Amino acid sequence: MSALIIDMILWASVAALGFIAFRRGRPVLTASLREGSMDFINIVPRIALGVVGSGYIAAVIPQEIITGWLGPDSGWLGVLTAVIAGAATPDGPVVGFSLGAVALKAGGGAPQVIAYVIAWALFAFQRVLLWEIPFMPARFVWFRAAVSVPFPFLAAAIAMAIGRP
Amino acid sequence: MIVIAALVAVSATLVWRRDGIDGVREILTHDLALFGGILPRVLAGCLLGAFITEILPHEKVSRSLGPNSGLKGLLIGTAFGAILPGGPFTAYPVASALLTVGADFGATIAMVVSWTLIGYGRAVAWELPIMGADFTLWRIVISLPLPVLAGALGRFVYVRMYPKVAPRDAP
Repeated sequence: MSALIIDMILWASVAALGFIAFRRGRPVLTASLREGSMDFINIVPRIALGVVGSGYIAAVIPQEIITGWLGPDSGWLGVLTAVIAGAATPDGPVVGFSLGAVALKAGGGAPQVIAYVIAWALFAFQRVLLWEIPFMPARFVWFRAAVSVPFPFLAAAIAMAIGRP
Repeated sequence: MIVIAALVAVSATLVWRRDGIDGVREILTHDLALFGGILPRVLAGCLLGAFITEILPHEKVSRSLGPNSGLKGLLIGTAFGAILPGGPFTAYPVASALLTVGADFGATIAMVVSWTLIGYGRAVAWELPIMGADFTLWRIVISLPLPVLAGALGRFVYVRMYPKVAPRDAP
């Protein structure tokens, strides 16, 4: 259901921007259509490799390693583990949240789980390999990942300071 | 790409050794179905990126999202990432388009980080039901300042790493 809504918003945005391009004149529309299709054709083989291949990578990573060692007494070492585990967690909207929920239920500390979810959002290797690197300049991706490193730790520190959630 | 291909080959071999040919085939059919479902969205994302490159006035973008856009540029990038519809198939082509039309690394980092951390799509559809409202809300509140900080750090490091580009852009 939500996928359908997202698809509708997505194609409505495409149509709206296409209409604006059309108002600017036919050449603008045809140029952007050609450009977009070329990007698409170039990207498809990489995505094929990423999507079809990442299932195998995800299958060989044991989940116990990801949820272990995130207890509330694990302190900063636990946060560090959480960040590494988050980056090693396969992408997909559900995986990181599900494992985070498991860690919470199994007695994981809130700052550690926050760090885990945020590190997963920022660095999930599968998303970086499959989506970010094919679409963005490689230099940007490495740069983005490098400057993001402090932030799961900062989030954990904030969570510890305010004692929430 | 070669690294990824090698990684995939090694993992596929490990799966084959562990689960036999059936395990390999199961993952393959599942992922092929996923791939088929994703393709139209990838096309939509590419078209969106191309339209943005063509339509957005480059001077205006580089003024409001460029190296000298200051805190305002980072805030615009953050807001844009938070409201952007769709998944990675839209976010990355659009971010790439912004880079092309004159946004700097800082504002684009703010956008990408904001999309991953406070984009509503994933939070509403997945995080809320799985993690619960309390966790999700606090997680997002804690995340709010991070895109701007990441963008600011990115900008700070970028000018020092590539100082040759800086003088032209300096105020």
